[in-house]
Amino acid sequence: METNTKILAAEFQYLEGQDLDQVLAWLAEYREKARILAGGTDLLVKMKLGHVQPEYIIYIKKIAALNYIQYDTGNLKIGATTTLSQIERHETIKGYYSALYEAVRSMAAVAVKNMGTIGGNLGNASPAADTAPPLLVYDASLKIASKEGVREIPITEYFVGPGKSVLAPNELLLEISIPEIEADTGSSFLKLGRVAADIAKINVAVCLKRSGRTCTSCRIAFGSVAPIPMRVREAESLLEGKELTEDLITLAARAGAAEIKPITDNRSTREYRLKVSRVILEEALRAAWQRAGGAL
Amino acid sequence: MERRWIKLKVNGKERQLYIKPNELLLNVLRNELGLMGAKYGCGIGECGACTVLVNGRAMLSCLILAVTMEGQEITTVEGLGDYDRLHPLQRSFLDHGAVQCGFCTSGMLLTAKALLDENPCPDEEKIREYLRGNLCRCTGYTSIVKAVKEAAALMQVEQE
Repeated sequence: METNTKILAAEFQYLEGQDLDQVLAWLAEYREKARILAGGTDLLVKMKLGHVQPEYIIYIKKIAALNYIQYDTGNLKIGATTTLSQIERHETIKGYYSALYEAVRSMAAVAVKNMGTIGGNLGNASPAADTAPPLLVYDASLKIASKEGVREIPITEYFVGPGKSVLAPNELLLEISIPEIEADTGSSFLKLGRVAADIAKINVAVCLKRSGRTCTSCRIAFGSVAPIPMRVREAESLLEGKELTEDLITLAARAGAAEIKPITDNRSTREYRLKVSRVILEEALRAAWQRAGGAL
Repeated sequence: MERRWIKLKVNGKERQLYIKPNELLLNVLRNELGLMGAKYGCGIGECGACTVLVNGRAMLSCLILAVTMEGQEITTVEGLGDYDRLHPLQRSFLDHGAVQCGFCTSGMLLTAKALLDENPCPDEEKIREYLRGNLCRCTGYTSIVKAVKEAAALMQVEQE
């Protein structure tokens, strides 16, 4: 059958969540048969294309308790149904969480960002998810709920494979929590697509801390270059505790490129991704270093 | 599939609809309410032809289940102005020849409206960034961007 995206042919039962307990009870009951609907920018496309066919759709955007950006005692907490637009407009995120801000800014266009949520971006667990590398370098943690209770995991343990995460069928992502950004810390995000507002061919985020001329700590994460968004720890350890120079940046970028495992797909080739990863990592390191107050 | 009653406001009017959960907002607007302004372009969120305003914010009506719109306020291009009293954006699009085939126009107008509500005097870069999700394949972006810029200036003058 030819794909028709004009209508949504699939039939399902629509469940509108008024509170969290109700949603978790439905998830416990319907498990794999149910899908969470928030912004719809991924799920409805997948349903139109026939890639998923849920029997139950659980709409969660009416639950006000899942939509918030809280910034107190230095911690940033973002509710799962917070839209990408809300994140992009938030002054604290724009001012302090540069990598996250730049990632969201680079995504899609305004209408999609008014609909799409950060929880949805993570829930889809795409290797190219733009919010993933920033959250990896900020050492974010995720609050996940089921009827049985709430658990919190570091985001490094969240992604499992393309489109796969540790979220069990009865679980719901509740909150993304990012620790305080300390003084003399800088972060950045860069991505390459075919055109503006595109899905990434490759993306990278850096968050580093500076003391004088020394890079005291550094986290680097790539997206679209492996089955899951990934940290490149060898590159990170090359930089940590060292005086940051152009030569060291070149060295670290080369190490980073050696750690990634890109494939050739319809957006780019393995060779291109390997080559360009070095370039965008160098740029991202320089930008983060300058934002941390460092000179080169 | 069980139909549901929903209440929503479309272009300022209260409407009640009895719809199936898998009906898309775009098709409900066009087929149930006869509002043909919003267009079906790509169906997957790439082109912006189906853009409407939901509570003043640009959204894609082809990726919205109409049932989720209970209690919301929708504006389509029909609600922007009418034949006798065009919205300054509509006038400016006409003056600048920013409408060729017209397929992208309603989406362009509504996205531009959302932009000007947020930022009454955007520069060219801001306009281009904001409109980047609305694709035009014939008129060309130059006249569209000019039209938005002029409309912004016009609206400023009218306000003063």
